[in-house]
Amino acid sequence: MTEHVQVAETVTPLEDAINRLEARFAGAVRRDDREGYSGVIVDPGKLVEVATFVRDTLGFSYLSSATAVDYLGKSEGDHLEMVYHTYNLQGGPALVLKTQTPRGEATLPSLVGVWPGANFQEREAWDLMGIRFAGHPNLKRILMWEGFHGHPLRKDWREAYYEQDTKPFDSRWPEGHVSRAEEHNPYGKNVTYPAGFTLDDYESQAEKALYEDVPMGVHVTDMATDRVVVSMGPQHPSTHGVFRMVVALDGETIVALEPVMGYLHRNHEKIGERNTFLHNMPFTDRLDYFCSMSNNLGYAVAVEKLLALGKRWDPPTYRAEAIRVLMVELTRILNHLVAIGFLLNDLGAYFTPLMYAIIERELILDFFEAVSGSRMMCNYMRFGGVAYDLPERIQSTAALVNDRVRDFDTMHYLRALINDRLPRAIDQTNDLLTTNEIITNRCIGVGVLTREDAIAYSAAGPVLRASGVPYDVRRAEPYSIYPDLEFDVAVRYHGDIYDRYLIRLDEMRQSIRILKQVLPILEETRGQPFFAGRGGQYNPRIPAGEAYGRAENPKGELGYYVVSDGGQNPWRYHVRSPSFINLTALEQMCKGHKVADVVGILGSIDIVLGEVDR
Amino acid sequence: MYGSGIVRGLGVTLKHFVNTYLEDIRWGFRRHVPDEAFPLRQGLETRGIFTVEYPDEKIATPERFRFIPFLVVDNYDHPERPGHDWCTSCGICAKACPPQCIWIVRGTNPETGRPVPEPAEFYIDIDICMNCGFCAEFCPFDAIKMDHDYELASYDRTSAHIFNKQRLSKEFRYWQSIAPTRAAEEAQARGGWEHKDVLKQREKEARAQAKASESGS
Repeated sequence: MTEHVQVAETVTPLEDAINRLEARFAGAVRRDDREGYSGVIVDPGKLVEVATFVRDTLGFSYLSSATAVDYLGKSEGDHLEMVYHTYNLQGGPALVLKTQTPRGEATLPSLVGVWPGANFQEREAWDLMGIRFAGHPNLKRILMWEGFHGHPLRKDWREAYYEQDTKPFDSRWPEGHVSRAEEHNPYGKNVTYPAGFTLDDYESQAEKALYEDVPMGVHVTDMATDRVVVSMGPQHPSTHGVFRMVVALDGETIVALEPVMGYLHRNHEKIGERNTFLHNMPFTDRLDYFCSMSNNLGYAVAVEKLLALGKRWDPPTYRAEAIRVLMVELTRILNHLVAIGFLLNDLGAYFTPLMYAIIERELILDFFEAVSGSRMMCNYMRFGGVAYDLPERIQSTAALVNDRVRDFDTMHYLRALINDRLPRAIDQTNDLLTTNEIITNRCIGVGVLTREDAIAYSAAGPVLRASGVPYDVRRAEPYSIYPDLEFDVAVRYHGDIYDRYLIRLDEMRQSIRILKQVLPILEETRGQPFFAGRGGQYNPRIPAGEAYGRAENPKGELGYYVVSDGGQNPWRYHVRSPSFINLTALEQMCKGHKVADVVGILGSIDIVLGEVDR
Repeated sequence: MYGSGIVRGLGVTLKHFVNTYLEDIRWGFRRHVPDEAFPLRQGLETRGIFTVEYPDEKIATPERFRFIPFLVVDNYDHPERPGHDWCTSCGICAKACPPQCIWIVRGTNPETGRPVPEPAEFYIDIDICMNCGFCAEFCPFDAIKMDHDYELASYDRTSAHIFNKQRLSKEFRYWQSIAPTRAAEEAQARGGWEHKDVLKQREKEARAQAKASESGS
């Protein structure tokens, strides 16, 4: 194999792109030479021009993630930094654009004109970091409510029950006298209010702002028009949680739609920055609670990228990677089955398809429970492998009254599940739904997202691929053992609800194909280590630097942007959640359709609010 | 033909309906699934209904199942140290705990004031505990383990949900009963069924004895 490889030094496409960028914008673009960092730092004044050049000429047309970092008190000087990860849809690594602004009057040009997909992400950066985006069409808070005081992700902002900057807290040991946070700190001393604030005069600006902007010329108080504004949710059975859409209707047709989110916001990223690196692992379970295994893998990939910057680092063993792929692909199947079930719930097939999906999910969850110890909050991956090997038997012992005991051989269980049970379940779903006339009538041609829009709006996962873009992180920027496995990237071309349904069936079939290849690997590597390096380290040393680890989650590309300053806690921990960013295109998909279709369109995006609101 | 898709789908539900009754006939229409049939009614072979009628029947949890932690203490009929804590109050669980729900007061000798390897107090706020299992995973003494008892409803969260050392402590025998294979694996790694320190102490004594008998002879 080696003799075919040319020794001549070739410039990688990324290197070439950066060179061209530097040549074109001399003086405004410089390489990020901080240790452990990559990409280029762009002068804010040239940002829009550079972004347009990167998108159109260099071919990095897909904006994966846009996020801000607060470098308060760091050696290079206090500033906020906006980080954009752009990708070529042909595959390959990211071209990372960065731009810096002082913390005081943080203002940057908006990139919504270049990538509409930056819309929500810039609003998030404004909300949580306090960067104003000049030229943003709708720069309002998105996760916090309008009128919230402060920007929670800034390093000098403190939450209500603030105890200490970083975990582990000193009060826990050796003098750990227990106290409840709410007794200790009622209405926290560290809650800040704007000057002159009194509760008596408080009026929610959030609702006011919402109804002032959305109606597009409709006066809510004045009904002398056939346009009405309807607030759907947050307690609506079809919004998959506490999600709300404010819809402007002309008769029954949608003319404008504004998603309102943040009801489940818990500042996951701030918690992540207080935590140590390993502490974050169980927290990632709670993002997309259907796919905790895949969330774990994405975070492990990100931190392993950071670890690889250091000197001593053992990559995960082959068995560990095989187990990871097994878990992640099973997760994909269970997520897609349940997603189809919920989609059908939304379309009115009350619970029958969902319950059939849940039977299969139950069997997969039984396996997860036996392996990792928990059905949904698996917390199974570690940096360098997995927490435990597969057990010999999936068995239980009766501990409670009325306990019923089961005992299966693990590999036998897996073989039966993968070769027989799950393919049958997928076929059954196909029989039950695909040709059903009610479904075809309601789904075909509804909620269309064109190929161009899908790319521009940074859609990911099944939503992107159903619009005719065969982009899959497992192939585009492979991780784990995916390069060794044979599978196709599913793609459909119409971009409507029906194709988003069909592509989930296709992806499940591909997952079965992958799983069938993983089974023999598991047999072969039986008894080999499932963890590389020294076990039992609850606080591994993570070298300073940045890493963007991404994994193809069932719902789309899940990215973790992790910045380490060499300490035991991440300096910045950002989650690029597919559910959140896929919602950017929701209005685009819904415009012109009937109000009843919104429910189906939302169901076809497949969101989980734990991940949207973070 | 228009409508054939709907008929095809209804065929699937009909199949489920019939299968449920076929399985009922097979097990003689017993209201709850009999023990011997349970792996078939809740397993890969199931074709019909898939319901477990909690609380009249419960799915036993697998060995690795993790719920609120408990502290391992020596069996209450242990000959040398009945009910002695395995915990040495090293504080690793408190540091590894992501939501920081573990509070430990390190034990001190009242006479010398120096720390002793056992906790004076040990608290877990189970409202905060996220059942991640890191405490059990990183404990170097196998002294904290994840429990299987998930039925913890109570009437008052302010008083009933902070578990103290007494509430958390369970006999080593209990750990052996809920996780027999893992208890055996850990014992093998330690070199015996006892606590690490006890084994070390015994080894030391045995060596001293051997030395004494050697010099005596």
